[in-house]
Amino acid sequence: MNDSILVDVKNLSRFYGALQAVKDVSFTIRRGEVLGFLGPNGAGKTTTMQIISGNLAPSAGSVAIAGHDLLEDPRAAKSQIGYLPEQPPLYRDLTVDEYLDYCAALNRLPRTQRNSARDMAKERCGLSDVGRRLIGNLSKGFQQRVGIAQAIIHLPPVVILDEPTVGLDPIQIREIRALIRELGKDHGVILSTHILPEVQATCDHVQIINKGELVLNESIQGLEQHMKSASLTVAFRHPPPLDKLEILTGVKSIQTEKEGRLHIFHEIDRNPTDDILRLAVEKNWGLYEIRPGRLSLEQVFLELTRDSATDTADSITAATPIPPL
Amino acid sequence: MIFTIGLRELKSLFLSPLAWSILAVVQLILAYLFLGRIELFQTYQPQLMAMDSGPGVTEIILPDLLGNAAILLLLVVPLLTMRLMAEERRNRTLSLLFSAPLSMTEIILGKFLGILFFLLIVLVLIGLMPLSLLAGASLDLGLLASSFLGLALLLGSFAAVGLFMSTLTQYPTVAAISSFGALLLFWILDWSGQGMGGGNWLAYLSLFNHYKPFLEGVFDSGDAVYHLLLITTFLVLSIHRLDADRMGG
Repeated sequence: MNDSILVDVKNLSRFYGALQAVKDVSFTIRRGEVLGFLGPNGAGKTTTMQIISGNLAPSAGSVAIAGHDLLEDPRAAKSQIGYLPEQPPLYRDLTVDEYLDYCAALNRLPRTQRNSARDMAKERCGLSDVGRRLIGNLSKGFQQRVGIAQAIIHLPPVVILDEPTVGLDPIQIREIRALIRELGKDHGVILSTHILPEVQATCDHVQIINKGELVLNESIQGLEQHMKSASLTVAFRHPPPLDKLEILTGVKSIQTEKEGRLHIFHEIDRNPTDDILRLAVEKNWGLYEIRPGRLSLEQVFLELTRDSATDTADSITAATPIPPL
Repeated sequence: MIFTIGLRELKSLFLSPLAWSILAVVQLILAYLFLGRIELFQTYQPQLMAMDSGPGVTEIILPDLLGNAAILLLLVVPLLTMRLMAEERRNRTLSLLFSAPLSMTEIILGKFLGILFFLLIVLVLIGLMPLSLLAGASLDLGLLASSFLGLALLLGSFAAVGLFMSTLTQYPTVAAISSFGALLLFWILDWSGQGMGGGNWLAYLSLFNHYKPFLEGVFDSGDAVYHLLLITTFLVLSIHRLDADRMGG
């Protein structure tokens, strides 16, 4: 096995009674990777994360954390994980310092390192000023940060964060995202969220899960490719009749937008840009804008999760393009 | 690691007024009973002195005091153990323990240890009362030791049953009621079967019958083994229950 693979999930399935929450999911995470886990509510994100963190036993399949099998050698595997569940596991009647000390001890940090580990986790999560306050009296955002601090206090190779930015204000969200990116440099991070820009802002790798199945597993660059759809946005000062454009080779359909813009859908391998440019000059249509259409992650997400279409290419070409991000 | 969890549990108990009020109430009631027994002893002291081998002060005071202490603690221990796992489950803090490199056994033993620490404090506080008599009287230290050993074992059994009940539910009150019910049932098991043919083994299972000999100064290893078996059984059941948490959902 490759050393840099931190999490190796193979054919993971999980049943709740007759309901199969996770269906045959496999993926890997390497060191220095931030994996964004996307999916609608009830898609199986949290279940998958609970399994990886050892909170839930899988019905079938295996999870290896840094080479340790989670079921056969749970202690070694769990010492490599930091986990922030959806609801941070906080003892409300402890102070932040007491709580983090306890977490450090639970993760078997040697006594001599606990203070420095606690101070570092507090600093990274912006908790330096609240160390002596009771967790129960902190605001939701600060509680969330304590939850993150708890997950990274023992500097685990793998950090699993289930919706870490819920309930935070925009400034805190930026800070947490920066923190996640920083963690991603030398840890492997799994991040679940349904805030799509968050994925684009922080992740290297995106997975979309729907009804328990992985419907997309792409790097961010690969996703960019997905998002370049087979369409063009053009605008003319003197728009020609649409049928003049529709007869061009490769053009499948045309849609009018506001302000005289047109969306031209074309076949992927036959881009009509050259023809349009040539005609526009010849016929004096007054072309002032032409650019390739792009899909937002949101559209990719919606397309993939609306029905479990496996043929992603088809569904994406059918989507409406929007201006670049 | 077990020790870490135990210590945390003990400290958490004292963060809420519950532990303090329990200590205060138990101490107050037992002190009242203790003083009552001393008064009794003082009243009958002349008669007792006249007897050939009459009971001493330890025999008058201790079995009664610790017998009442056991009944009082039967009511109190479920209140202490109810939060152990139920509250963790309710507040969803269990995942902290589950995702830490700990085995289920360590979690359960840690929690059990935490309660034992607290019960040890209760035991010491109760023990101080008869020991204070040493200032002006001589005590039967053998009887004292066997009685407190008995009470310690009994409290261990209470705690193990309470811990198990707490792993079953996410509602602390349900845990408290069911452990109280279970303990009371264990206590009164011998009442029903008296005189009947099948009553013997029921009486054998009764917690009370394995506590009383200690108070009479009889140390029967069978009684001690009974308590240790009871503790082990309920701890193992708790571990299994916690493990099943990961399986079910």
